[in-house]
Amino acid sequence: MTTSAETSLSEQEEKRTWTDYFTFNTDHKVIGIQYLVTSFIFYLIGGALAAGIRTELATPESDFVSPELYNQMFTVHGTVMIFLWIVPAGAGLANYLIPLMIGAKDMAFPRLNAVAFWMIPPGGLLLMASFFVGAPQAGWTSYPPLSLMTGKAGEEIWILSILILGTSSILGAINFLATILKMRMPEMGFFDLPLFCWSMLATAAMILISTPVLAAALIMLSFDLIVDTSFFDPTGGGDPIVYQHMFWFYSHPAVYIMILPFFGAISEILPVHARKPIFGYRAIAFSSLAISFLGLIVWAHHMFSSGTPGWLRMFFMATTMIIAVPTGIKVFGWCATIWGGKIRLNSAMLFGMGFVSAFLIGGLSGVMLASVPFDIHVHDSYFIVAHLHYVLFGGSVLGLFAAIYHWFPKMTGKYLNETWGRIHFVLTFIGLNLTFLPMHQLGLEGMNRRIAIYDAEFQTLNIICTIGSYILAVSTFPFLINLVWSVLKGKKAGANPWKALTLEWQTASPPLIENFEEEPVLWSGPYDYGVDVSEENDQSVQELLSDVKADMS
Amino acid sequence: MTTANKLTIISIAIAIAIISLWYGQSNALLPVAASPEAEAVDGIFQLMMTVATGLFLLIEGVLIYSAIRFRKKPGDETDGPPVEGNVLIEIVWTAIPTVIVLIISIYSFDVYNAMGGLDPEASRDSGPQQVAEKTNSNQGLEGLIASVSDYLALGLGESPANRSKNLTPLSVDVNAIQYAFLFTYGESGVVSGELHVPVGQPVRLKITAGDVIHAFWVPQLRVKQDAVPGREAQISFTPQRTGEYPIICAELCGPYHGAMKTQLIVESQQAYQSWIDQQQVAQSQSLEDAVAVGQTDPLNAYAEEIGVNQQTLEQLPPHTH
Amino acid sequence: MQGSTVDESQTLNYSQTEAAAQEEEHPDLRMFGVVLFLVAESMIFLGLFSAYLIYASVMPQWPPEGTPKLELLLPGVNSIILISSSFVMHRGQSAIKKNDVSGLQFWFGLTALMGAIFLGGQLYEYANLEFGLTTNLFTSCFYVLTGFHGLHVTVGLLLILFVLQRSTRQGHYTSEKHFGVEASELYWHFVDVVWVILFGLVYLL
Repeated sequence: MTTSAETSLSEQEEKRTWTDYFTFNTDHKVIGIQYLVTSFIFYLIGGALAAGIRTELATPESDFVSPELYNQMFTVHGTVMIFLWIVPAGAGLANYLIPLMIGAKDMAFPRLNAVAFWMIPPGGLLLMASFFVGAPQAGWTSYPPLSLMTGKAGEEIWILSILILGTSSILGAINFLATILKMRMPEMGFFDLPLFCWSMLATAAMILISTPVLAAALIMLSFDLIVDTSFFDPTGGGDPIVYQHMFWFYSHPAVYIMILPFFGAISEILPVHARKPIFGYRAIAFSSLAISFLGLIVWAHHMFSSGTPGWLRMFFMATTMIIAVPTGIKVFGWCATIWGGKIRLNSAMLFGMGFVSAFLIGGLSGVMLASVPFDIHVHDSYFIVAHLHYVLFGGSVLGLFAAIYHWFPKMTGKYLNETWGRIHFVLTFIGLNLTFLPMHQLGLEGMNRRIAIYDAEFQTLNIICTIGSYILAVSTFPFLINLVWSVLKGKKAGANPWKALTLEWQTASPPLIENFEEEPVLWSGPYDYGVDVSEENDQSVQELLSDVKADMS
Repeated sequence: MTTANKLTIISIAIAIAIISLWYGQSNALLPVAASPEAEAVDGIFQLMMTVATGLFLLIEGVLIYSAIRFRKKPGDETDGPPVEGNVLIEIVWTAIPTVIVLIISIYSFDVYNAMGGLDPEASRDSGPQQVAEKTNSNQGLEGLIASVSDYLALGLGESPANRSKNLTPLSVDVNAIQYAFLFTYGESGVVSGELHVPVGQPVRLKITAGDVIHAFWVPQLRVKQDAVPGREAQISFTPQRTGEYPIICAELCGPYHGAMKTQLIVESQQAYQSWIDQQQVAQSQSLEDAVAVGQTDPLNAYAEEIGVNQQTLEQLPPHTH
Repeated sequence: MQGSTVDESQTLNYSQTEAAAQEEEHPDLRMFGVVLFLVAESMIFLGLFSAYLIYASVMPQWPPEGTPKLELLLPGVNSIILISSSFVMHRGQSAIKKNDVSGLQFWFGLTALMGAIFLGGQLYEYANLEFGLTTNLFTSCFYVLTGFHGLHVTVGLLLILFVLQRSTRQGHYTSEKHFGVEASELYWHFVDVVWVILFGLVYLL
C-alpha cells in the first residue's frame, strides 16, 4: 500500500535519468542494469584476451606473445570470464527480475544490494591493474606451489580481487534468498514461483555455502604468499592438496552458480515463445535444488589425477554421474516444452534453442569426464577446455543472450532488431562450434591445456579453433550495434510484447520506479499458456498429441 | 498413434542406434592404444561415445524438427496445447539416465580396478611427507626432493591381472622438475631424460616432483598422474606395442609448461638391454653427459630463457635408496 | 576483509531502521539477513577448521615435532569469560524487552568489558608464546585461526559499543524495536560458538 507521503516522493523522481546508472542507487532495476552493463564490458575485455590466446595458438611456437604473458593472459581471461562476466551477469539478471517476478517493490535489502554491486568495479579494476605489476600466471585455479613462485604481486592482487568479488557475490546471495523466501506477494505459493526464482534459490544457497570456503583458502594462500607461512608449501611441511580441496569446494559449485541462473532463464523463455506450458514444472524446480545439493559433493572430480586416493575417486565418480539425472530432466523437459508448441522463432528463441543444443554437448562430455579411467586420460587436456566452454559459453553465455533478447523490451521499452539479432545468433553459434568442437579431438589426441608451445601435429585443428574464435569476436559487433540502435530508435514494445504470463510483464516497460502501479494480480500460473483456449485447439496439433493428452492427469 | 507414425518412430530409433553404434565404435578420436589398460579405457570411451551420440542425435533432432514442424503458422496467434507434464514420461526419462550412468559407473569401476587403481598399496593416500628444511630461495631445488621411503603412494598400482601372473615389474623413479623429467632406473642406476622400457614387462613408476606440481601423461597409455611435491605417486602399466610415445607434463608448471616433454620408448628386450648397457658405460665416464636432456627435446630452443643448464641439473642430489 | 563487510552491512541496516519505521510495507527481514550472513561466516570457519583437521589427520606427527606445548590455564580462563559473556549479554536483551534501557546499557557494558578482557588475554598469550607465525604448520594454523576469530571478536565488540552509543539516544531502542540489540547479540553468540569449537580443536585435540 502506498502512503501519501510516498506517492509525492515517487512523483518527484518519477523519471529515471541516465545519470542514475552511475550512482549508488538502491533501485533493483538500476542495479540489475549496472551489473549487466559492467559485466558486459568485462566480457569484451575477457574476449579480447581470448582472441590473443587463440592468436598465439595459431602456430605451435611461442611467437605472438612471450610465454609469461601468455600465462598471464589465460589466467586473467579465466578469472574475468568467471568472476566478472558470468557470475555478475547472472546476479544482474536476478536483481532485475526477482522482485518483478514475485510482485515486490524492491529487493529485501536495497542498500546492501547497491553495496554488492559497487564492489564489482573496484574488484575488476584491481584485477586489470595487476597487468602493471605482472599479472598472475598460475591459472585461475592458482595452484600452489606454482602460485607462490610466479608473479607474487600479481598473485596477491588476484587474491584481493577475488575476495572482493566473492564478498559481493555472498551479499547478493543473501539478498536473493531473503527476497524470494520472504517477499513474495501473499497469494504466491512456492509452486507459483517462476522457475527462474527456483533456480536462483538454488544458486544463492550454493553461493552462501561454497564461496566462503574459497575465501578461507585464499586467506591461507595469501599468508603463504606474504608472510611465508607454509600451509600449502611442501617445503615447510604444508600440503598443496589441501588447497585443491578447498578451492574446488567452491569452484565446482561455481560452475552451477554460473549455469543455474540461465537454466532458470531458459525455463522462462522457451514456454513464452513456444506458447506452451513448461513441461514438468515441479520436476524442473526440484531438479534445480537437486543440482545445488549434488553440486556441493562432487568437487574432487577435478582432482582424479592428483592427490585423491582410489576409494575417494570412486565416491566422487558416483556423485558426479548422478548429477546427469537432474540435468537430463531439465533438458528433456525443455525439449518436451517446445514439442508441439507454436514456436515464434525470434532471436530470443533462437538463442534459447541454441542454448539447449550447445549445453547438451557440454553435458554429455561432462558425464564422460565423470568416469575416472577416462578422466585420467583427458584431465588437463583440451578435452576439458572444450567441455567447460560448451557449458559456460554454449550454456551460460547463449542463455544470457537469450535472456537479453527476451527481457530487453521490458528493460528499455524497445524491441531489439530481429535481423541484427539473427545475424548475431548465426555468427555466435557457428563461431562457438568452430572454436570449441575441434578441441575435443585435440584433447583426446594428447594436447594438454595451458600451453603456449605445442606439438606441430596439432596445428590444423588449432587453426580452425582460431578462425572460430575470430568469428566469435566479430559476432559481438552486430550485438553492440543492435543494442545501441534499439535503445535509440528501436520499435516501441508495450507492457507485454510477448504475451507472457509471469508478473514482470504486468507492469509498464520499462517498469515504474516501484515496479507496479497497482498491486499485480496473480490470475494464472506462470506458464498457463493455452489453458483457456484448449477447446478450440488446432486440429492437426490435437491429433499429433492425442496420445500424450490421453495420459494427462 | 497411427501405424505410419509408429513405423516412422521405430525406423528413426533404429537409424539413431545404428549411427551411434557405428560412430561410437569406429571413431578415430583417440591415439593408438599401447597397453592393455589403454584398451580397457578405450572400451569405456566407446560405450560412452555410443550413448552420447545417440542422445545427441535424439535431442538435436527434436530441436531441429520442432523448429521446422512447430513453427507458428502466419496469422495464427493462438497458444499451443496446454500440456503441463506427464508423470509416466518424466519417470521414464529420469530412470533411463539413471540406469545409463549406473552402467557407466560400474564399468568404469571395473576398468579402474583392472588398471590397478584400487591396489591397496597405491590407492590410499598416506599424506604428504615432511620434506627437508625449507630453503630461502623459492627456486631452490636442493632438499626439495622427497626422501624416498617405503611408505604408500597415490595413483595406479599393480593391476590384479599382473599380480596373479607374478611378473616382476620394472621400477623406475620419475622426478619432475621445471621443465624436465628425470628417470632413474633403480636396478642399473641409469639416469636418463628419456624413458626406455622393454615391451611386455609391467612398469612401475614412482613419481615425485622437485618444485611445483607437474603431471606425467602418456596419451597412448591413457595414464596420467600428478607429481605433487612432498608426495610420492605411483602408476603402473604394461606396454605391449613398441614405438615412441610422447611423455607430456599435464599440470601447469610455469611459462614453459608447453615445452616440458620427452619420449617414452618402448622397445624389444634386447634393444632395451643394450640401451641400459650403453648408458651405464656412458655414465661411468661422465655423469653430466648422461643427464643432459635429449637432442630432440623441444625445450632446447628455450633453454637459455628458462635458465636450465648443466649447473641446475648438477644441483640435484643423487637419489638414494 | 569479511569482518569489515559485517560492519558495513550492519551499519547500513541500522540506517534503514528509520526508513522502515516510516513505512511498514514488508515484515522486517533484517534478522533473517543476519542469519544468512552468519551461515556464510560459519562456512569460512568451517573451511579453516577442515583444513586444520586435514593437516592434523594426514601429517605423520601433529603438532609437528618440536612444537612447544600450549599453556592451557590462561586460554581456559579466557574461554570461560567469553562463554559467560554470552549469558550476560542475553540479560541485556531481556532488559530491553521490558523497555529497560539502563538495564540494556549495564549488561551490554559488562559484555563489552568481558570481550575486551578476552582480547587482552589473547594478546597477552600471543606475546608470551614461544613460537611465531611461521615456526611450523601448526603454529601458522594456530595464529590464523585464533587471529581470525579475534578479528570477529573485535568486530562484535565494536557492534556492542555501537549499540551502547545508540542506546543513549532517547527512545532509540524500545521493547518492540531493537534490531541492533538482537543482531549484535546473535553475532556475539556466533563468535562464542566458534570459539568453543576452535578451543576444542586447537588447544585440546
